[in-house]
Amino acid sequence: MSFNTWLPVLLLCSSLVPGLIIFMLPERATALRTTLNLGGAVLKIVLLVLMMIGVFHGVDYEFRVPLVPGLDFVLHADALSLMFVNLSAVLWLATTFYAIGYLENSPNRSRFFGYFSLCVTATVGLAMAGNLLTFLVFYEALTLTTYPLVVHRGTEVARKAGRTYLAYTLLGGVLLLTGTVWLYSLTGTLEFIDRGFVAQAGVDPAVLRMVFLLLILGVGVKAALLPLHAWLPQAMVAPAPVSALLHAVAVVKAGAFGVVRIIYDVFGIEFAASIGVTLPLAILAAATIIYASLRALFQDDLKRRLAFSTVSQVSYITLGVAIAGPIATIGGLVHLVHQGFMKITLFFCAGNYAETLGVHKVSEMAGIGRRMPWTTAAFTVAALGMIGLPPTVGFVSKWYLGLGALEVGQHWVVFVLAGSSLLNAAYFLPILRTAWFDAPPAEWPEERDYGGKETAWLLLLPPLATAAATLVWGLLASMPGTPLDWVQFIAARKYAP
Amino acid sequence: MSEWLAGAPWMMLAIMLPLSGALVAFLLPRHSALVGLGASLLTACAALVVMLQVAADGRQAYRLGGWPAPLGIELVADGLSVLMLAMTAVVGVAVSVYARVYLADSPDKVRRFWPLWLFLWAALNALFQAGDAFNLYVTLELMGLSAVALVALSGSGPALWGAMRYLLVSLLGSLSYLVGVALLYHAYGTLDLALLSERADGGLQLAVPLGAMIAGLLLKTGLFPFHVWLPPAHGSARAPVSALLSGLVVKASFYLLLRLWFTFTPEGQGVPLLLGSLGAAAIFWGSIQALRQKRLKLLVAYSTVAQLGYLFIAFPLAELEPALAWSGSVYLALSHAMAKGAMFLAAGSIMTQGGHDEIDELDRVVERMPLTLAAFALAGISLAGLPPSGGFVGKWMLLQAAMTQGSWFWALVIIVGGLLTATYVFRVLGFAFTKSPHEHERHDVPATMEWTALVLALGAVLLGFAAPWALPLLEGVLP
Repeated sequence: MSFNTWLPVLLLCSSLVPGLIIFMLPERATALRTTLNLGGAVLKIVLLVLMMIGVFHGVDYEFRVPLVPGLDFVLHADALSLMFVNLSAVLWLATTFYAIGYLENSPNRSRFFGYFSLCVTATVGLAMAGNLLTFLVFYEALTLTTYPLVVHRGTEVARKAGRTYLAYTLLGGVLLLTGTVWLYSLTGTLEFIDRGFVAQAGVDPAVLRMVFLLLILGVGVKAALLPLHAWLPQAMVAPAPVSALLHAVAVVKAGAFGVVRIIYDVFGIEFAASIGVTLPLAILAAATIIYASLRALFQDDLKRRLAFSTVSQVSYITLGVAIAGPIATIGGLVHLVHQGFMKITLFFCAGNYAETLGVHKVSEMAGIGRRMPWTTAAFTVAALGMIGLPPTVGFVSKWYLGLGALEVGQHWVVFVLAGSSLLNAAYFLPILRTAWFDAPPAEWPEERDYGGKETAWLLLLPPLATAAATLVWGLLASMPGTPLDWVQFIAARKYAP
Repeated sequence: MSEWLAGAPWMMLAIMLPLSGALVAFLLPRHSALVGLGASLLTACAALVVMLQVAADGRQAYRLGGWPAPLGIELVADGLSVLMLAMTAVVGVAVSVYARVYLADSPDKVRRFWPLWLFLWAALNALFQAGDAFNLYVTLELMGLSAVALVALSGSGPALWGAMRYLLVSLLGSLSYLVGVALLYHAYGTLDLALLSERADGGLQLAVPLGAMIAGLLLKTGLFPFHVWLPPAHGSARAPVSALLSGLVVKASFYLLLRLWFTFTPEGQGVPLLLGSLGAAAIFWGSIQALRQKRLKLLVAYSTVAQLGYLFIAFPLAELEPALAWSGSVYLALSHAMAKGAMFLAAGSIMTQGGHDEIDELDRVVERMPLTLAAFALAGISLAGLPPSGGFVGKWMLLQAAMTQGSWFWALVIIVGGLLTATYVFRVLGFAFTKSPHEHERHDVPATMEWTALVLALGAVLLGFAAPWALPLLEGVLP
């Protein structure tokens, strides 16, 4: 076995090993824990860059061991998986910085950071899964490693939220398992390949539609597709870095990534369109977008409003994929990255408001821009991106989605996009207005002193960095090295030449 | 040296070592813990060597005193036997290490535990290597008696009551089995399994004894509705004993059932369907009872009722997909042994720590004993069949067997059973993370106890990656 075989395993271990060591560390070993966390995060990025260069030049990274009779455990790095690994790795680094600042002096940090690392490991494994079985393994592992983070605070509310979270995600896992076994008994293979393996099997399309339904519902739970989204707003009891990670990277993205894998590498987009399953999925995604935006309008709790916004925004990815045209594919895939950066910024900012001033509700945010100008600036950039205003990355996603829909003649999608933009504006702009232009209250609910500064620098830098990234990538969208550039490289391989 | 090692009667040693260990531990009560631990390690080594021999050269046979089959006693080890031997070795060593620390402050129990446990181990190893139906009866009876005595070890009222019921059921089961053996001998003039499988010709003279034997074994395995003795016995025994009973003892009678089934391969669909249906009922009944329990150990005991049901799902699936169904069932048995052993050990640590095992009063036990909770969670993952774990591999194979032949009912049972399992496991974990309003006593738990449970649970998870090495052993054994 050569070095290239082991590179995917190393990529997993760069967060798994620090995580396992962190579990063993005493609570006081802050310096060592921080070193391990950041060391692992940086090492992961270095390995990733190595592999991205390799994949771009056509190197094949694959690790394979037998797992059950006839099926292997496969880690395989292709362009699509590296895109998702990239998102996880970069945002993991940002979130680690943030979490170190956020959880300073709070109890049980070893446990928190341990599970945090395991959670990222599961996400990276899921990204690199080379067949549906391996995907399933990491999909379930992700459920199990995020559960302790959701119930981290140990309150009765947290326990109940954890129960809801598990009820949904385990159900999703079971649906995915059923679909996977069924598909295996029909086709005898589960390997992901470009343009899918189902088309060659020659199975009755009616049965395949059922399998598709099971698989999509299975991943749809994590992707928070309508009617399976209710766990997400409840999981908000978790600490802010966890919410940030769940929403931007780990859980919902794992679901969206699953949709992408199933449509492109299991069924193949053209075959999926030919058996007529993509249009219903696109309609479901569109309904989720509009419904969740409407719900977001009426939430006063800032994190809950952001949660419904996530439900809505993640469905853009599903929509882009399900429209079944090359340009829409670019829009959907690139939104996987773009939404991650925008949403994590918003959650970092919400965490800053809560941690610094004790502000949890939209109605308490009057004049907060004067007290915390930098945080609010980052929040503003990300919110404008969510609405889809140029020159942010949100605009780039919507532009490609709209163009892609027109290309294949699905004109209704444009109205959905426009409606969603309006609704996004309706629930984000009032926040921005009150934050910048209303008079601040005489006293904040629970103000903490950071020596005259706005807030701790560890809390401030991550949102500023991610917000800046969304601006830069929006401005320089067609330069080489941006997410858009990489996504175009992927999309070219998913359609028959 | 290596020739001498290869030539040593390892199959015999796997039985004689624990037996002589039991004797020495009985005669030297002051050193019984040390003797017991030493004998455990040696026994495990012997079992391991037998496994390596079978893996290398296939089926092994050993004649006691050199007499051939119809007259003498013949020991036989094939792939199925050695998997069971290995399972017993792994769980046995873990329980021995745990029990030495767990029982350290009650010397009177130490004196009685070690001889009984080593005797039980000898009976188990003999049972897994027995080649004829009568020896199987003898070992089954020895195993049952020592298991009952182990339950009574704790001396509390409920434990004695549980032990009494267990004794009656165990005797009844053995008796029923013995009747079957006698009828078989009457009909065919031999009890050697290999000879029987040649001579057995079907019809009533096979069906009646076989029915009696199977009924007796079902009673001893605790398959629904014969499970009523199981939760009180497993729930009230001391933690290491519970781990042995749930992990190993019920597997022995299941193993015996499989042996008979593979020997006679009964025809017809009625009995497999009946066994499968009872298994499905066990899954639902056991899981629902587990969900309703307030005490942790009873929850784990009812979980055993449910998980045993899974083993029987293979019977109706085996007609069309024998290899997948039987391997899945055996694999589930192996991983259940490790996971359930770990779970009972973890429950024992939790009980030692807080002095109670009320589930909704766990009171953030995860902060005080993270390793034990990790052990409980990992074991639960394997039981629920979540990947990656031994339980997942077993359920995957059963599920694949069901789906390939389009048996949606059995697929549904397997899936819903897994969900129910996850529900009761996570109910415990949820309370383990939550603060309780009441104050509880706190005791220190030795690190050895925490680590043993964790290592055993990790074993159950890692078993998920061992299928490519373990399953080829079963080739040629399964019908």
